[in-house]
Amino acid sequence: MSMYKIAVIGDKDSILGFKALGVATFPVTTSERASQTLRKLVRERYGIIFITEQVAEPMADYLEELSTRLLPSVVLIPNNAGSLGLGMQSIKRNVEKAIGADILFGKEGR
Amino acid sequence: MRMRVNPTRMELNRLKKRLNMAVRGHRLLKDKRDELMRQFIDLIKHNKELREEVERELQPALAKFLLARAVMSGESMEEAIMFPKTRFDLAVSRQNIMSVYAPKFSWEKAGGGQGEGDIYPYGFADTSAELDASIATLSQLMPKLLELAQVEKAADLLADEIEKTRRRVNALEHVLIPQLSETVRYITMKLEEAERSALTRLMKVKDIVRGKT
Repeated sequence: MSMYKIAVIGDKDSILGFKALGVATFPVTTSERASQTLRKLVRERYGIIFITEQVAEPMADYLEELSTRLLPSVVLIPNNAGSLGLGMQSIKRNVEKAIGADILFGKEGR
Repeated sequence: MRMRVNPTRMELNRLKKRLNMAVRGHRLLKDKRDELMRQFIDLIKHNKELREEVERELQPALAKFLLARAVMSGESMEEAIMFPKTRFDLAVSRQNIMSVYAPKFSWEKAGGGQGEGDIYPYGFADTSAELDASIATLSQLMPKLLELAQVEKAADLLADEIEKTRRRVNALEHVLIPQLSETVRYITMKLEEAERSALTRLMKVKDIVRGKT
């Protein structure tokens, strides 16, 4: 049992609210900066990293790679403009990977 | 496809042992896969519900925050939340789901009182009401966000493990076991054939020997 930190990456307007709760916030404007920040945070002792879908979109490969590791847990969150559905997609991908067929989202898909 | 081995009795014994082992392994892995699958389905359903809930509640909270930012000046906003009163300390332990290790998060809110109003790191005088509302919602949502992080990670890891296990089951079922049993059959045939041919040769030799005397 050891202590870890929590971080939020995203555009400033969306994530500043987390700062009031004492969560480390890393405002970024471009996805390149977000990617750099994420890589840096992964090396440090962060247990959970929340990242807004808008900046996370181009680095799906890296997120996929992180998902096989124990820590950190990277969670996609919507920003203030709404959700892009990326988080849901990743759940769907997991279902397809594990079961081979889509059993949860069957009604919406086609 | 039969393996390229010498059709000897020793080889036959060795292969039979391997076949037994493969069948046993296959049965065990299949059980493991089924149980993983069952756990995964529970987990992923929970995951989906949780994510829907979080996305539904988080977006308005963030939108409210945007509103607060619009009515307040940038500096006073920064100033208001510059020094947070509370801090989330995250403790990570491991949970074992069918020998897949997944992190289990528990957290402590450090600093600040336990009362309702104690999450705000600023006085109410020069901040807007939207900010209060936004922060209150966020603070309520935090436990759910952490749970989502935990569940999502577990689902990721489980999906990976299921895929691996399924590959192994399939490899055993469709490649190794047919290969082994075919080779075993081939060696048995070959040995029987050799036995028969030895027998006929003996009989023939006996006939020849008898004919001479």
